[in-house]
Amino acid sequence: MPNEYRVSTANRMRRMATNHLASGLAVLSTILVVAPLVAIFGYLLFKGASSLNLAFFTKTPAPEGATGGGMANAIVGSGILLAVASAIGVPVGIAAGIFLAEFGRGGKLANLVRFTADVLNGVPSIVMGIAMYALIVARQKHYSALAGGVALGIMMIPTITRTSEEMLLMVPHAIREAALGLGVPNWRSVLSITLRTASPGVITGCMLAFARIAGETAPLLFTALGSQFWSVDVNQPIAALPLQIYVYAASPYEDQIRQAWAGALVLIVLIVGAVSLVRYVTTRGVLKGAS
Amino acid sequence: MTVPPADKPSEARTWLTSRGNSSLSDRAFRWLMLLCALSIFGIVALIATSLVQGSKLTLGLFGWKFFLSSGWDPINGNFGALPFIYGTLVTSAVSLVIAVPLAVGVAIFITEMCPKMLRGPLAFLTELLAAIPSVVYGLWGVFVLVPLLRQYVNPALMKTLGWTGLFQGPNLGIGMFAAGVILAIMILPIISSLTREVMIAVPYTQREAVLALGATRWEMIRMGVLRNARIGIVGSVILGLGRALGETMAVTMVIGNSAASISKSLLAPGYSMASVIANEFSEATSDTHTSALIEIGLALFIITILVNALARLLVWAVTRGAPPRVA
Repeated sequence: MPNEYRVSTANRMRRMATNHLASGLAVLSTILVVAPLVAIFGYLLFKGASSLNLAFFTKTPAPEGATGGGMANAIVGSGILLAVASAIGVPVGIAAGIFLAEFGRGGKLANLVRFTADVLNGVPSIVMGIAMYALIVARQKHYSALAGGVALGIMMIPTITRTSEEMLLMVPHAIREAALGLGVPNWRSVLSITLRTASPGVITGCMLAFARIAGETAPLLFTALGSQFWSVDVNQPIAALPLQIYVYAASPYEDQIRQAWAGALVLIVLIVGAVSLVRYVTTRGVLKGAS
Repeated sequence: MTVPPADKPSEARTWLTSRGNSSLSDRAFRWLMLLCALSIFGIVALIATSLVQGSKLTLGLFGWKFFLSSGWDPINGNFGALPFIYGTLVTSAVSLVIAVPLAVGVAIFITEMCPKMLRGPLAFLTELLAAIPSVVYGLWGVFVLVPLLRQYVNPALMKTLGWTGLFQGPNLGIGMFAAGVILAIMILPIISSLTREVMIAVPYTQREAVLALGATRWEMIRMGVLRNARIGIVGSVILGLGRALGETMAVTMVIGNSAASISKSLLAPGYSMASVIANEFSEATSDTHTSALIEIGLALFIITILVNALARLLVWAVTRGAPPRVA
């Protein structure tokens, strides 16, 4: 009897020890994950804030080797690229989401579309870049902002499709039935009743997709190409913030590296701002009223 | 109460009928939405055909040998993609070895252990990691991570694990190991958030049943949660792998970009499939060179599609399928 008792105590001790060890490891890994985040943000804030100045927002890049200058053309270029991308990605993405939620519900075709969208989401951005090169740039025989915008727009579609679908599915049936019961045509009911009700969520999805592509560099390398000069022509190569950061990061000049950090800070503030807004909207329960 | 006479339609009805027959516009709307949904197939097909067309030259010239030979010599027109495939596989493997245990640990901590108050902020923090653009990771990697590795981590690794041959040779800081570490940080949030989702999908009765048998918390997690969620966790890891395989900018900035030889040492500079495209494409010297780079892109496209499809199926099997039955 005593012997058995001792064994079970040892067993219990061992189990408790394993329990504590595992808990400790989980806590440790959380710390290890949060650490680089804090390190990246801290360093970025420190480096970026000390490098930002007014010239960064108002001037175009200085000639090679000279100090000063800014990324005004890259900021505007990014804006144009994102506008072109949104013009393609947002309508197509939302429409595909409407199809999945309103017409294709549970059907085989809808499942296949959903699956393809998820797979498309995982295609590396560099592949999107060379595909658009082969498709647009190689045919037009010159780099253009348009090609870059199309590449980014295509990358937005899967994210927007999936979030729009999820948000539309949350709209209660009673609202649709009420609209149809009043004799409103289906298309009108979908657009101004269902979509309107789900709009905070749908906009959230668009912002999320927007934040994702705002920092993309790889698809722009051989489409928008980048430029050192002021340009707003969609048929010409155009500068973009991420591209400029990439070029300046490898620069031998101290001043260009400084501007790379400043650019990174601006980009991060833009993206984190969008993501936080999304988070705020979704946790605030704007949608909860609808469901 | 007076009922309106039947021959006089109500105001609402006249308003509605004045809008005409809606069946045409309804059908048009439906077709338009369907068209947009189908465009997703169109995009995938378009990418595939344009890549195949762009790489026709080398596909015919080298055939399968392209992926098995290691000579990459644009000047003499000799192309073999093996060093890039090797670099991609090695950096992805390193990143998985580092990221998977950490990601699962974080998921366990967030779903099973941490106080409710911390849950939201922690999940948000890991999501923020996913929102940082690749190029910013690269910038941080070049100026912070690489010096850190060169000064502290690599010498320690060389001393303790040098005998394996994985950590040998000149310590440059940049190289496949640095790329693997950056990739690990980048894929962590994906693996961790999906693992969390899968773990949440495990019904509470499973946990309660194991706890009722007198299990400790870790035993409950291991037997009640991880065992039920394992397929989904594997799926999320594969999804992370898919991201790592195609990641471009950060890797290009820290991997060293050298196709000189296939080195066993992780500290040696290397080249990945994505980074060779990013680096050489705009300066391609000949049509064959361009075509060879597009063929690498095609290979990357096919691999990531397969990997992603597999991962999605696994994750869906857990979160979408019938919940695990309580026996």
